[in-house]
Parts: sequence; structure tokens; C-alpha cells
Amino acid sequence: MAKTPVNFTLNGSPRSAFAGPGQNLLDFLRREVGDLTPKFGCGQGTCGACTVTIDGATHLSCLVLAESVEGRAIGTAAGLPDGATLDPLQEAFMDHFAAQCGYCTPGMLVSARALLDANPRPSRDEVIEAISGNLCRCTGYEPIIAAILAVAEGRARA
Amino acid sequence: MRDMTADGPMVEFRKDLFADERDDNLNEIGKPTRRQDAPGHVTGRSPFFDDHLFDGLLHLRCARSPHHHARIRRIDTSAAERMPGVVRVLTGRDVPVNLNTLLSLLDFGLDDEPLLSESKVAYMGEPVAAVIAETEAEARAAAAAVQVEWEVLPHVLDVEEAIKPGAPAVLDIYPNNKFVYHGKYDHQKLRYGDVDQALAQADHVVEGRYQMSPIEQAPMETCGAIAAPEQNDRYVCYTSTQALFFSLGTAAKVLSLPSSRLHFVGGTVGGGFGGKVDSIHEPLAILGAMLTGRPVKYAWDRAEEMQVGAPRGAERWYVTDGVMNDGRIVARKFTGYFDSGAYTRLSSYAIIKGVGHLPGPYTIPNVYADVYCVYTNRSPATAMRGFGITGVDFAIEAHMDKVAETVGMNPIELRILNAYRDGDMKAHRRLAKNCALIECAQVVAEKAGVTIAPELKSAASARDGGGPRAALPAQTATDTEGRVEGFAATSYANKSATSDAPQPPHAPPPATPARHPPPATPARHPPQAPAMTSGQRPPEGGSMPPSGGPPPAPQPPKKPARSGAMRFSSLSGFRRR
Repeated sequence: MAKTPVNFTLNGSPRSAFAGPGQNLLDFLRREVGDLTPKFGCGQGTCGACTVTIDGATHLSCLVLAESVEGRAIGTAAGLPDGATLDPLQEAFMDHFAAQCGYCTPGMLVSARALLDANPRPSRDEVIEAISGNLCRCTGYEPIIAAILAVAEGRARA
Repeated sequence: MRDMTADGPMVEFRKDLFADERDDNLNEIGKPTRRQDAPGHVTGRSPFFDDHLFDGLLHLRCARSPHHHARIRRIDTSAAERMPGVVRVLTGRDVPVNLNTLLSLLDFGLDDEPLLSESKVAYMGEPVAAVIAETEAEARAAAAAVQVEWEVLPHVLDVEEAIKPGAPAVLDIYPNNKFVYHGKYDHQKLRYGDVDQALAQADHVVEGRYQMSPIEQAPMETCGAIAAPEQNDRYVCYTSTQALFFSLGTAAKVLSLPSSRLHFVGGTVGGGFGGKVDSIHEPLAILGAMLTGRPVKYAWDRAEEMQVGAPRGAERWYVTDGVMNDGRIVARKFTGYFDSGAYTRLSSYAIIKGVGHLPGPYTIPNVYADVYCVYTNRSPATAMRGFGITGVDFAIEAHMDKVAETVGMNPIELRILNAYRDGDMKAHRRLAKNCALIECAQVVAEKAGVTIAPELKSAASARDGGGPRAALPAQTATDTEGRVEGFAATSYANKSATSDAPQPPHAPPPATPARHPPPATPARHPPQAPAMTSGQRPPEGGSMPPSGGPPPAPQPPKKPARSGAMRFSSLSGFRRR
């Protein structure tokens, strides 16, 4: 079956790859593009481990048809660091023990970064709302909420 | 107290407790530290099994039973084999040693579970064929095209229904749907003192029935493995397993390969909680790689993880306590049923662990338990966080509240009164040490604003234990109820002392080298049945309670500081307090 060329940007860099028929964006990013940071947790749009941004808004990549991102800007957890410098959220997640098994972490970070980009000083309730689509089985969420609030309130180490 | 929401999880160090055990000159404890795997996690670079990419990767998916219990008359894979993208379809005939029990590496239990079932299924979702195809979608479509002619059998889903006469036989190799312990009994026994006599003389008898549900571990990463042919005639296997060497040993046995031909890579687990010890994916993925010569991935999707994945087994407990008016519990009797599901996996072991935990953290002079590992037509159960303990602890603590209500005591006071103290004899005939329940209960009372009696508020685990409380019961009532014949008491690998180890139903494929010889069996002893006699001497200062007479209750704590039991210090080893 024919594959479709897709041109897009990934974390700011122009990329092109062939998408298989019916291939979802999660599989496309992992297998065809080689960005392994989005994770497969359910394939049903319920767990958030595959969260990416498309033109700045969070999406569940397992529910997005790869062909549909032609010309769009994709953001993943791989784009969070600035060179060798980690995003303050990444530092805060380490300091607050917000990543235990690490499987939900990239998706969680993408949601958190999207929140802070849109709303740099969110309330605790707004943080909870922003990560409500990202399931975590290990932490009980409190360390994650604390890490995000620490960055928002400027208490995290830079 | 630190603010939980702003500063992460609350940790409160109570330096007033166990001060003599504490050494504050520690480098790490009590200070924030970064886990060494944290950078990988926050950058998304931690290598989970599915993060290893292979050219030409094939996908394996299983055809599964739609029935709780059915005989397989015929499996027809011909239509599936003709489906687009299908490279190979496996059935039980392709599995070199298609019968295993997870704990066989420990010589604990009979081989009972096929990797791919050939003659019968005993739970809904049991795999009967495995389709290997170019894409996951093709494997999924072809698995649906596997035709199975079923003869549906009556099924049983309740533990107590399953052990009634005439119940459907879930698993033929154990009698009456019950695992056999120590080659002797159809349940695990605990006998300590004389419970019936003590119950007869107690002021109150409190009964309760407690039922837990099965619980899915639900890791964010589903269970899976990728295997590929490697140079030097080996197979590499990337796996989500929580138990790498367990999975390696299981794969070597099931595939009839020396483990030196298997190269397992794991250690990065996307959440496990016990659900990733069953070693199901590795053997099939490797077998697929062996038979196709290509990399093969076998992973559950979310629906399989939730339905087929082995949960924490449900438990049903009946608890009967004898309690005196002053709150002293003088007898506790358990009948427990673990729902093992269709196969043994780890439930047999969970019961050994659970019975060792009875009667909970309380000094009770008469304890009795019959605990059954029961087979039903449910998904097999396996490990999950404290399995064997968590369920019965729910029963015990719920029952403690019921007992407190019966005698009109505050439930915290009841716990302090009956709690283990250092030096007390436990029902499994070991002395309690490093006890802390009293202190925990006191802190709970303080934080909850509950006033407790002064003598209980000032009680301490390190005081007033041992002595008469260290003594074994004067007599223990024993019985041979549930005796099972035909099993070797010295080894679970044999059905009886004279028979040979069960042979695998199929010879290994000719391409594989000769199976490694069966492990030499040195005089290995299975877990010992509880000793029925006083084999252990009470510690110094202990005295035997008078024989006969009223039920020996724990002596009310009044003895001043004693020479003390040994406590374990992680810094200096054992030392006497």
C-alpha cells in the first residue's frame, strides 16, 4: 500500500518522513521519525503517555492520523531541553521525585510545558486540570503537581 | 510538618521514637537525593523494551479463548496462515516444553500451564495460537481468523463453589481444585495452641467474613518483549520483565535451550507492581524469532493487559476471634481461600507468605488457620505489591474494629493492648523483634485527637514483651484434616516419591540441541510444614505457661525493663537493647 510523504517540523526542525496507510502519529514519530519520547500506554486516547503538541496545543498522538500533520509544528519531550540545558520542569521533576517508572513522564512534561507556556502562574487547580489527561500509576500525582507549581512559583532550581 | 502540596510528599522524622536505634550521622537518609535513573526518565531516554528498534520487526498476537472453560476439539490455522502479511502461526505443538509452572525453578508445584493451550482452556482469554505477521494490524486480523472448535465445559468462578464435590475440575493435576502443600495437605495449615478450647472460654466470640476483589496492576507500559536472532547462535530479548533471571530461566526451560543461548536485556520497567513477573512474553517472542529468523515483538495491548494480565488474586477470609472483656484477644481462627484463577503462577507462594504473617501483628496465644489455594475459571492470579499479606491484613484490621466494637473499646487502644512487643512469641514460632505497632498507633491517636488510656499512651514495643509472652503454647492441637495421597513430600517435581518427573508432552524440535539435563536434585527440602511440637526453646527468662487451665492470655504488661531481645541494627548488626 502506498505510503504518504509528510513534511512537518519536529521541535522546531524541519522533518520529512513517509507515513503508512492509517498510521497514527505516535507510531509514525517512534518508528519512522525516530523520536521515542512519546510512549504507547493504551492506544485508545485515555492515558496520555503519547501526548505531543501540534501547533502548540496538546494532542494524543495515538489518535492523530500521521498524514494529518502535514505542514504542522510537532512538539515532544525531546524538544524540552535547550541544548544541554534541561527545561526547569525536567529539573523540578527530578528534584520532586515526580518520575518513578518514567513511562508517563514525557507526556506529563509536554502537558506541563504547554500549561506554563499558556499560563505561567497557574493555580493548583489549573495544574490538576492540565495534567488530568495524563495517567500516572506510580506517584499518586502529588509530586508531579508539586514539581509543576515549584517551577510556576519560581522556587525550582534554574 | 511540611506542606505536602508545596514541597512534595510529607516525610516526618520522629526522632523521639527508637532513639537508641538511631544514628543520625547518615550521609543520605533524610536528605533530598536524585535517583540515578531520573535524568533518563525526564528526558524520555530511558530505554523501555519497545524503545529498541529493529528492521524487519514482526508482530505476534494471540488467538484467545472466548470461553471460561472449554475443551479444544480442533484448531484450524489454515485461514489465518493465508491472511495478508502472516509469516507463521504457532500452536502448542511448536513449543518445545509446553507445560510449566512459574515456581518450577524453585521446585515448588507441578507444571500446570501451557504457553499455548492444546487440549483445554480454563479461563477466558487463554491463548491457543500465536500469529506472527508483518504488521500489528495484520497479526490482529489473522489472530481473529484462527478457527477453534470448542466443546464448552461448565465453569466455576467462586472459590467455595470450586471446592464443592462435583464442581468442574479446573486443573486436573491437583485434587478438588486445591493446590497441595508439602505433598501432604490440600491447604496450608497453621496450628498454634488450642483455638477451640480458648474460644470456648472466651468472654466473646466475634466472627467475620471478608472478601477482596481481584486487582489489575495496570502499569502504564503494557507487558511485552522483543526477541531477535543474535550472532553466535544466540537470541537477544528485550523485555519489560520485573524479574529478569526468572524470565530467563523460564524461557530456557520452555524453549529447551541452555540459558547461555539467551541474552536478556531489561531493567527498565514502565511500572510493574507485580504484574510483570509471569514470564509469558519472552518465551513466545523468542520462539517466534527462532522459527522465523526475524525480530519478533509480543506485547499486550491495553485491553489484554486489563483482561488477560494476571491480577492480584481475590481472597476470601473467615475470621473468628475469642476476646476477653478487657480486650485481650485469646484466640484467632482463620479459614482463607485464595482465588488462584486457572493456574498456580504465584498464588501457592502467596499463601505460604500470608500464613507466616498470621495472626497479624498481635500477640495471640492460640491461632489456627486453614488456607486454600483454589483454582477457578478466572484469569490466573499473580504477584501484586505485598500479595499474600495485603488481603488478609484488610480482613484482620477490619476484624479488629469489629472486636473493639464488641468489647466497647477504642480500636486504637485494642491494637496497642494486643500488639506484638519485642520478645513475644509469634504464631509461626519466631520471636518478634523491632516491633513498632504500639508507637505507630500512639502517633495515629495523637494526630487524630483520640484520647487513649494513660497506660497505653505510655506503652512501648521495647518494654514488657517476652517473658511469659515468649513461651510456646503448652500444647498445640493438631490434625490431619485435608490429607492428600500420591504426592511426594520431598519434591513438587514428582507426583509421588517413586514416579519420574513429568515428561514434556513434545520432543524439542530437531534443530535445537539436546535439552540440558534435568537439574541434579540434591537433598532439597520443600518449605517445612509448621512444626507441631515445641521445637524451639523459649529465650532466657521465659517460662512455660501452666498446662491446662484457662486459655493462656498475654500477660498484662507490667514487667519492668528486661534483659531484652536482640534487635537488628543496620549499622552494627544485631545488638541487645
